[in-house]
Amino acid sequence: MNSSSKKTKWLACLALALPLYAMANPVLDGYRAAAKQENPAFKDFSADAGHQLYATKHGDLACASCHTDSPMNVGKHVNTGKVIEPMAPAANPKRLTSAANVEKWFRRNCNDVLKRACTAQEKGDFITYLLSAK
Amino acid sequence: MTHAFSKELISTLMLTLLFSTSALAEGRESGGFFGFLKNEPRVAAQSSPSSKYQQECSACHIAYPAALLPTASWQGLMGSLDKHFGVDASVADADKREISNWLASHSRTDGEKPPQNRIPRSSWFKGQHDGELPASVWKRPQVGSPSHCDACHQGAAQGSFDEDSVRIPG
Repeated sequence: MNSSSKKTKWLACLALALPLYAMANPVLDGYRAAAKQENPAFKDFSADAGHQLYATKHGDLACASCHTDSPMNVGKHVNTGKVIEPMAPAANPKRLTSAANVEKWFRRNCNDVLKRACTAQEKGDFITYLLSAK
Repeated sequence: MTHAFSKELISTLMLTLLFSTSALAEGRESGGFFGFLKNEPRVAAQSSPSSKYQQECSACHIAYPAALLPTASWQGLMGSLDKHFGVDASVADADKREISNWLASHSRTDGEKPPQNRIPRSSWFKGQHDGELPASVWKRPQVGSPSHCDACHQGAAQGSFDEDSVRIPG
């Protein structure tokens, strides 16, 4: 094989691999594993289900109460007025890069809104929705 | 007779001078000349606040300077983070220990413990604000509540409450 066709093959591999790499999210993968453990019948996460979770009001609070109706927007804390940077990675690349940070905010805010912990299915759906937002 | 009287007078004058000098030395930050009378907290600029306290406790509001509450209040707050003024503000155990230790070493053990550990319910807070501001100020959209220090005190997070730099939003 001469060097130019080798190069082409490498570039082709890269062209295929890069988009796949860009879509992969280790935090989401962690919840995929957890969801399978929670429910052996687990199939996949759903951005639509995530959107439902995001938008639905429970009592006096929804996720949207602080984060606005789109995770692409800058939000505002409903009590303190503190500015909250967008949740969607497309608007804020730092989001969803730290599993510990994501888990901390799920713990706090699921308790606040749902008055209970979110399941791994719910967390994965939610993250899938955030990843899909443009 | 005159001699004895002068001695007393001089001692009294010296004591007054000493007292007022130290009061003046307290500076504006702790309420100025009469600050020591109102027992206001001495808020030194927060030189290197615990980055963990800063990091974990400024997501929703400013990291309130540790001197604004006594140690007992901080203990109360840190022990009930899952029910923190209506929200879950819980942190990992190791972080909780680190933050608690830092707060304990940067707050006074004596000092007024306000109801519900709320800074604005301290009598010194009322002393500083109530006489000067109508209650309606707290309801202005950009202020919201008396716990929103940085609405009017831009340097609040750094422990700066200088009266000269107060800007009250309309």
